[in-house]
Order: sequence, then C-alpha cells, then structure tokens
Amino acid sequence: MEPSELKRSKDSPNLDESTRRLSFPDEVLERVLSLLKSHRDRSSVSLVCKDWYNAERWSRTHVFIGNCYSVSPEIVARRFPKIRSVTLKGKPRFSDFNLVPENWGADIHAWLVVFAAKYPFLEELRLKRMAISDESLEFLAVSFPNFKALSLLSCDGFSTNGLAAIATHCKNLTELDIQENGIDDKGGSWLSCFPESFTSLEVLNFANLSSDINFDALERLVGRCKSMRVLKLNRSVSLEQLQRLLVNAPQLAELGTGSFSEELTFRQCVELESALSNCKNMHTLSGLWDAKGIYLPALYPVCTHLTFLNLSYAALRSDELAKLLAHCPRLKRLWVLDTVEDKGLEAVGMNCPLLEELRVFPADLFDEEIIHGVTEAGFVAVSFGCPRLHYVLYFCCQMTNAAVATIVQNCPDFTHFRLCIMNPGQPDHITNEPMDEAFGAVVKTCTKLQRLSVSGRLTDLTFEYIGRYAKNLETLSVAFAGSSDWGMQCVMGGCSKLRKLEIRDCPFGNAALLSGLEKYESMRSLWMSACNVTMNGCRLLAREMPRLNVEVMKEDGSDDSQADKVYVYRSIAGPRRDAPPSVLTL
Amino acid sequence: MERRVNYENDLNLMATEPRLGLPGCGDDEPQRKTNPSIRNNKRTVPEISEVSSSESNSSITMSGSDDQDSPPPAKEQVVGWPPIRSNRKNCLQSSKRNEVEGMGMYVKVSVDGAPYLRKIDLKVYGGYPQLLKALENMFKLIIGAYSKREGYNGSDYAPTYEDKDGDWMLVGDVPWEMFISSCKRLRIMKGSEARGLGCV
Repeated sequence: MEPSELKRSKDSPNLDESTRRLSFPDEVLERVLSLLKSHRDRSSVSLVCKDWYNAERWSRTHVFIGNCYSVSPEIVARRFPKIRSVTLKGKPRFSDFNLVPENWGADIHAWLVVFAAKYPFLEELRLKRMAISDESLEFLAVSFPNFKALSLLSCDGFSTNGLAAIATHCKNLTELDIQENGIDDKGGSWLSCFPESFTSLEVLNFANLSSDINFDALERLVGRCKSMRVLKLNRSVSLEQLQRLLVNAPQLAELGTGSFSEELTFRQCVELESALSNCKNMHTLSGLWDAKGIYLPALYPVCTHLTFLNLSYAALRSDELAKLLAHCPRLKRLWVLDTVEDKGLEAVGMNCPLLEELRVFPADLFDEEIIHGVTEAGFVAVSFGCPRLHYVLYFCCQMTNAAVATIVQNCPDFTHFRLCIMNPGQPDHITNEPMDEAFGAVVKTCTKLQRLSVSGRLTDLTFEYIGRYAKNLETLSVAFAGSSDWGMQCVMGGCSKLRKLEIRDCPFGNAALLSGLEKYESMRSLWMSACNVTMNGCRLLAREMPRLNVEVMKEDGSDDSQADKVYVYRSIAGPRRDAPPSVLTL
Repeated sequence: MERRVNYENDLNLMATEPRLGLPGCGDDEPQRKTNPSIRNNKRTVPEISEVSSSESNSSITMSGSDDQDSPPPAKEQVVGWPPIRSNRKNCLQSSKRNEVEGMGMYVKVSVDGAPYLRKIDLKVYGGYPQLLKALENMFKLIIGAYSKREGYNGSDYAPTYEDKDGDWMLVGDVPWEMFISSCKRLRIMKGSEARGLGCV
C-alpha cells in the first residue's frame, strides 16, 4: 500500500470510513507487519504515520545496518526493542583491496556491549567488513544464551581462539560461517571445542582457514549434527576424509570440499563417487582446491542437480571444464578461474542454458610473460548460450565495444554488470577507441541495471550515458576513468537511485564532489581516492551538509591541500569518536 | 573574512594534469606528487586525455603516440588493482607455490595400502640409492635394487612417479637430475601390479 494512499484517505470527506480503516487494533497491525521481511518495505511502512511507525518498530526482529557509522547502537536499541537478528556492515568496500588504512574503525565491540544489555535474546549476528577481536568473540559467546548464527565475511582482527570461544560456549549454535576474513590462524584445535553433547549445527563454513583441524573431532561433529545442510571444509581436509564425512551426511545441500588433488586408488574413487551420489539434496558445490581433472568424474552424480558451482579455487583447463559442465545442465550460478579460457566459456554457453550468474576470476596476477585468461570472445560465447544471464563479474585482459554491444543484446536483463579489464585505461583492442560505447550499450539496453563496475579507457561520455540512462543504478564503481568533473557531475545529476559510489584514480575534483551536495543524504556513501579533490572542497562539503560525515584519510608525504582519500556518508549519529589519527573528520 | 573558495585555483589544473613521465621531469612541477595509490614512484596511471573542469565538453584527444612513450604499467605496482580480495590472492599464490614445489622439491609419497601419505624433499638426496634407502626406512619395506632391464624385479614393491606430463614412470630410468626436475609425486606400488613392471 502506498504511503500516499493512506494520507489521501485521511483527508477525504468520508471520515467514518477512514477512521474505521485506521482504528483496527495494534495487535492486528503488528501481526500483519511481522510478516514483512524486507527492510526496505519496513522503512516505507514506518514512514506512513506515527501508529505505523510504532507498530513497525515493535514488530521488527531483524535490523540491517548498511553502514555501522550511520547510526549508533543506542539509537538502534531505542527504536527497535525486539531485535533478534542483526546485519552490520562496516568499512568501505575498497578496504578489501587494501585502500583503507589499518585501524580505520568499524569495531563491533561497542555494539555488542549495547546488545548484551538491550537484546539479551539476540540470536543472529552477520558482519561484513567489521573489526572484531577475540575478546569480542568471547564476550559474544557468553553474553547471549540463545545465540544461534554467526556469519563473518571479510572481517578482521580475530584469531581461531575467538572461534574456540564460540564453539565452547554457544550451546544453541546453528550457524558458523567464516568467509574470506583476515584471520590469525593459530591452529585447528578450535573445532575440537564443540562439546560432545552439541548437535544443533546446520551451517559450518571454515574454508577460510588453512590449518589442519582434528579430523576425528570433525567426523564426530558432522556425524551427530543430523540437521547439517551446509558444510564447507578447508584445504587441509583430504579426499579420503571427505568421503568419510559424506557417508555420514548425505543430507547436505551445500558442500565445500577440501583439497581435491591427492592421489586416490581406484577403490577410493569409487567410494567417493558413491558417497557423493547419495547426496540427493546437494545443490551447491565449492572448494575443489587444486582440483585435478582426473578426479572430477567423481562429481558427476551430484552435478545433475547442481545450481551453484564454485570452481574459483580450481585451476581447470578448458577441456576439463567442458567435460564437467556436460553434466551440469541445471546450473544457475558458476564461478571459474580464467584458466578455462575462452574455450571453456564456450562450453558454458553450450551446456548451461539456465545460467543466471557468471564470475570469472583471474588466476595469475603476477606472471607478466604468460598471456592467458579470457577475452571478449568468451563473454560473447556465454551470452549466446545463456540468455537468462543477469549477474556477471568478468576479469579479462581485453575487450571491445562491439562485443559488449552483442552481449547486452543477447542478455538484456543484466542487474549486475561488473567488467574489469585488468590493464587500467586500456582501450578497445581492435579499434583503439575508448570503451565508452560499451558501457553506453549496457546502460541503454539493461534497464534493470542496479550495479555497474566500469573499466578500460573511458572518457566523460561513459558517464553522460550512465547519468542519462541508468535510472535504476544503485551502485557504481569507477577506476582510472573519465576526463573531467563533468563525468561525475553527469552521474550525480542523472542517477536518481544511486546509493553507493566508489571512485579511485579519476580526474574528478571539487566541482564534481560538490555537484552531489544535494544527493549525498539520499546515498549510503561516497568514496573518492586518488582524485583531484582538495581539503578545501571537503571542508566546504562538510560545512554545507552537517548531517554528512566527511572523512579524509591522508597519505604519508602527500601535499597538505590534497584530500587523498575521501569517505562521505550520511549519519544520524554525528561524527564518529573512534577515528584513528590518520582519519580526519571535517 | 571568509575567503571565497576558488576551485580553479585549488584544482591547479596544469599542475595536476597527469603525464606519462616520472614526477619532477616536467617543466611545471606538479604540486600533487605521485599518485598516492601507487606504491613506487612511477606514474603508472594511464594517460587521461584531458583534465578540464571549465569546459563541459568531452572531447577526446587520443594521443596514440603516447602509448609508446612508457611501458604498460606492471600489474602489481598499483595498490588494490585488479580488485581482488587478499584472501583470494593468497590462495592462488599458495597454489602456485605448491605447483613449483611439485617440480622436484617437496613431493608426496603414497604407498599402496598405507592409510596416509608422506612428504619428502627430493633435493635432500644425492641420487637414487639414497632416495630408495630413505623410502625403505620411512615405510618399513624392501624395494631392493634397480636394474635397467628388470626394474625392481624380485621385490614386492616398485617405486613409481608421476612426471610433468602426468605419466606414471618407473623410478630410476632417467638421470637423477632429470628425475627431480620432473617428478611431481611418488607412489610405491605393491603386489602383482608392481611385479609386472620392469618386465615389459
């Protein structure tokens, strides 16, 4: 129901009807609202009127905070008294690529202290790019007796000791999901800390860790957790051990194997294949570290039902991939390394008509002499075979405007188009022109586009196109692109739904920064690094927009007037007090 | 008192115009030094044709000749590019390391029937006799002596290895140096399979 509808009815002459509509009991309203899951819907609901605001806040059990500094834990606790599940995101995304200084912030501890007081029945905590210490993990483990699910993605600051605390104390744990974090891996003994009486685990993902774990402890754990549906092992688990685990867990829906490369006897291969074929519910497969082509046939029985196959840690050749994909007709999501080359991607196009998402990661970032990887040809081949493709992340060594035009013609439903031509500022390799027309084609054709990452040589024309056509764009990533302030001005002026903008190494200066003055409060954040923005420009922005936090990170040895890295975000919590010395809040 | 901020001056367009040369070698010393996101002092930002905030055009002066002036930026010199999470980079690096190690240094050794594998460093041994002795000690078995014609005939065990091409070869056929540079893993075969080898 549109908020405006209700407002209109209030103003209508038929007062009886409108009063009746507004006077149904709070309990009913709360019950109805409790069915609403999307936090955006809930935000809309809360804006309707005071009654709905209150009903919504009392019925909300999950809160999503996209920027931990946009609000304080006290404010959250005051507004939402009944939270059981929290999702928190911290550092700017470019921290994943080492562009954010150490000790920048986003420490979870202050939040945990408030949660312990206000949400003693907290069940779930999902963190992304937060700093979390072992002490915090221990505090978490002992403060929340109902705690069920912990998910850490791209976080840092903790070690396996923290995980040991979670395993030891969280008696009701159902989910432990440790993904792509900067963990200090002190050994695998944490896994042995799950008590023998503990049986509730449904999700266990420790693929991120490298040390050997006590396999016997793991085998017993998996054996007694009969509801386990997600198990993602680390590299230290061998194929033989995998087989033993699978025999006791045929109910698994998602499996991340360990190392897939040691030598197996024929009998062991048969046993592995048999164990896998008993996993009738398996729809997601990952891991496959160092996978050797000869063992992939063991996977065939599982492949027929697979919808998500993550081969991004298995350096397969094109023929190996082709053979495997022949058995994966239902694949919707596929992640591969560029070792499969264009030929491998042709096989994707030929075998996976239902494909919706493709991610191609670069295997070799450091070897200059060996030219391999994927080109525009592979992407085009996929687009011909997979018309449902709507999410792509593609790292390639070359691209052409014509190829991208063909791709989006074949797949007009892109919602996420992330193209990374790995050599910064590289033009169309056939015509030597900028890649403006490529991204022009993307934004003109793909009207549902929500997320875009651009690369290659780009002039302001690309950004004119984006501003003019990308009306649903929410996230834009730009690097080594653009000609002048005009480019960024086009984006700020045209992309009405823009929420996240991250820019590095572009010639956008103060005029560009300030063109977004009116816009930043409707966005989550802006990041600009190695651009032409100065301290004065940032100070002006901070002065004009008091509800924005304007933070500047200075590089060692840079000019005093340059604002090397700028991070701007809206906040109702005011400037943060935990910024390290290298971060200036203006 | 409030000085009107003049963006033109702040921008100092000429000074900030990227060039392909090293910083300091142009006539107008750029106020902005090297691009801070680049680790070393080489300007690896690719040429950006124009920097102008006053003109709202997007005219492109493609200076193709500039391409030849400096070598293409080495990938690892730009911080945080390409945008891959460090976790993934580290995993791939260690895969490579394993690969390199397989080529004649640490190799896995399996013995038919044994519950787990071992790892040995081939570089430690001077030649085949030392290697075979070490294997015999490690697994408590007798491999015996190698003969060109009959392999390890007379023994229940035959040491084999997987070479660069993925083929399984009998240990001892090729010169030692060639062996350690091409051996990826060892397997000590047992029983009738083993006895068959060397008699072909």
